[in-house]
Amino acid sequence: MDFSFTDEQTMLRDTVASYLADHYDFDTRRNAIKSASGWRPEVWKSFAEELGILGAAFSEEQGGLGGGPIDNMVVMEEFGKALVVEPYVGTVVIGGGFLKHAKPAGADELIGKIIAGEVTIAFAYAEPQGRYNLANLTTTARKDGSGYVLNGHKAVVVGAPWASHLIVTARTGGGQRDTGGVSVFLVDKNAGGVVTRDYPTVDGRRASEVFFENVSVPAEALIGAEGEALPLIEQVVDEAIAATCAEACGVLRKLHEGTLEYTKQRKQFGVPIASFQVLQHRMVDMFINVEQAVSMTYMAHIRIGEPAAERAKSLSAAKVQIGRACKFVGQNAIQLHGGMGMTDEMAIGHYFKRATIIEGEYGSVDHHLRRYETLSLDAAA
Amino acid sequence: MDLDFSPEDAAFRAEVRAFIAENYPQALRDKQRDEEALSKEDYLSWHRILAAKGWSAPSWPKEWGGTGWTPTQKYIWSEEQARADTISVLPFGVNMLAPVVYTFGTEEQKARFLPGIRDGLVWWCQGYSEPGAGSDLASVKTKAERITGGDGKEYYLVNGQKTWTTLGQYADWGFFLVRTDPTAKPQAGISFLLIDMKSPGITVRPLITLEGGHEVNDVFLDNVKVPVENRIHNENQGWTCAKALLLHERSGIAGVARSKRGLERLRQVSRTYLSDDATPLLSDPFFKRKVAELEIDLTALEFTELRTLAGESSGKGPGPESSILKIKGTEIQQRLTDLALEAAAHYGAPYLRGLPHNIGAIGPDEAHGVAGAYFNTRKTSIYGGSNEIQRNIIAKAVLGL
Repeated sequence: MDFSFTDEQTMLRDTVASYLADHYDFDTRRNAIKSASGWRPEVWKSFAEELGILGAAFSEEQGGLGGGPIDNMVVMEEFGKALVVEPYVGTVVIGGGFLKHAKPAGADELIGKIIAGEVTIAFAYAEPQGRYNLANLTTTARKDGSGYVLNGHKAVVVGAPWASHLIVTARTGGGQRDTGGVSVFLVDKNAGGVVTRDYPTVDGRRASEVFFENVSVPAEALIGAEGEALPLIEQVVDEAIAATCAEACGVLRKLHEGTLEYTKQRKQFGVPIASFQVLQHRMVDMFINVEQAVSMTYMAHIRIGEPAAERAKSLSAAKVQIGRACKFVGQNAIQLHGGMGMTDEMAIGHYFKRATIIEGEYGSVDHHLRRYETLSLDAAA
Repeated sequence: MDLDFSPEDAAFRAEVRAFIAENYPQALRDKQRDEEALSKEDYLSWHRILAAKGWSAPSWPKEWGGTGWTPTQKYIWSEEQARADTISVLPFGVNMLAPVVYTFGTEEQKARFLPGIRDGLVWWCQGYSEPGAGSDLASVKTKAERITGGDGKEYYLVNGQKTWTTLGQYADWGFFLVRTDPTAKPQAGISFLLIDMKSPGITVRPLITLEGGHEVNDVFLDNVKVPVENRIHNENQGWTCAKALLLHERSGIAGVARSKRGLERLRQVSRTYLSDDATPLLSDPFFKRKVAELEIDLTALEFTELRTLAGESSGKGPGPESSILKIKGTEIQQRLTDLALEAAAHYGAPYLRGLPHNIGAIGPDEAHGVAGAYFNTRKTSIYGGSNEIQRNIIAKAVLGL
């Protein structure tokens, strides 16, 4: 048993941390998310060229550094600490994940472009009526000659305004919530008939409502087997959950550290408020939440390669723990900062907002509790 | 012990319901529906309509415009306002300052200030907290020194900074806690001053909160001259006023009727939102359990508040038990916004304030602003004495610990 990081992983962490310390301080980030485009393409370029991290989790044959999920975890935790908005999960974890697992034609070339920072991807999976059910789809892909024609509306597609490509889930058959009949397509965002409405999100990112209006794609756009892609989607979403849990660990650590610092220097009644036992216990409970979240994030990354049922259970368990920690640690970080925690000028509120959105990302606590419960009952039967 | 509404109560309910239906401004209702920011005139319009009817200050002594309503009638009144989703009459003048004025003020001060508060002619703000005096309010440092003006009259010269002044950007006047005796024990050297916000030397600076709104402000006082006759109660006895005001602030803070309405709305929208298996979210066992628990807690709060009201009507003022109402009331308000955000799922994320004007709102109407409301409502367990401070009050003043 070994929970230590390799030298390469430690170096990766240090590289990312030191770059972000120099280029991603709170004020610089704040100006960037308020700018017209809402992100910094030059930062993405540095990720590719200067740091080389976009290839960390791809194999050497694919042009990457030969790492795996743990490398993603290391990167994402550091991203969480700096509240990085650039689309690493969409592009590397989700986009890269689909390409690695399904190996569609041209996958290696596209992975090369991901590693080089030339391609950014957003995952268009959610729909207005679908809540967190990945199979609840009204977007359709109708066979048309050798290719397909896509129609439908995808909701809150995070990173879409910055994306060159979209990965889209759609029905090629079956009823609205059937597990069969689900397919995945890679779509050029500039394709005719792709209409977007872009907007900011409360946690400082950008998203779009994406409408497909008779969008023609070639046969090669299909990723995985036609009509049988749901297991693949679940696998990739579980990988995105793992990455998001790692990001959450970074966010939670900053929420906890920021609260400790603040309560040590904030004086009321002539003493630092950190000397009050009721606040000490609260911060201990926050700390326990953070440590439990980190433990579950490690567990999730260790088990990400298990067979589907085991993997799904582990990832849902991790997401439940992380969702609860985000709420408890986030709410109490604001509470212990008092009025200052409510201000836009302090970083703590921005960590809280990201933590709040993470609670619901790729499924709320309730969604994953139910998924866990169902899988456990299945296993026992 | 009974809760029955008498025929008079039923008639009263019908009367106030009809009054609201006939008189609540449609323009205001439209703005609320569209979640537009309300102007100063918007806030005051409903207040003035109520004032014309004689209903703007129900709890005051009758001679100054109180309605003399029974606790049951006041309860019906707050229920009916919440039911009709009216805005609230601003609390700063009517509920916070006025009890201090009619309890501790001179006859002259009552005549000078109470009518303007009652009629919604003067907008009041609160100058209590300071950067270094939040939970520890008695440590206020804003200094007020006695001087004789060039006109031979007595003034206080006020210097310092106040913060978290809610809607101070609209205020005509403010009530301030200032230090008049720096050598006395903290609570013993404070005075309660009414200050014209147009006085030279006052600067109001916006504080933007995490959801992007401008509700609160810093207020800087730089050599502000305040006539001595604007002091309520004796010099150095302002803490007595401050405490009385906080008790009134706390008892109004429970917000039972509004939370009941909020719960009703949550139920409504949870019927239209679909869960993972495409049934209404409200039939989801995980979700409906949380709604049920919230409602039970709200009922417990309601009956605790009714007991407090009954106590008040039998002559006891609001006591330290009102801290229970503050703690539970604010927790319930926070849970409501938390569940509304959870119910909205993906559509909680769009940031509407950040939208360019040429793009319509995103997602279903019931999801608009839910994240902002959740973020904003975190303030409720911080303001009016944080919930930790409320627990200290109960420990000391009720349990004798």
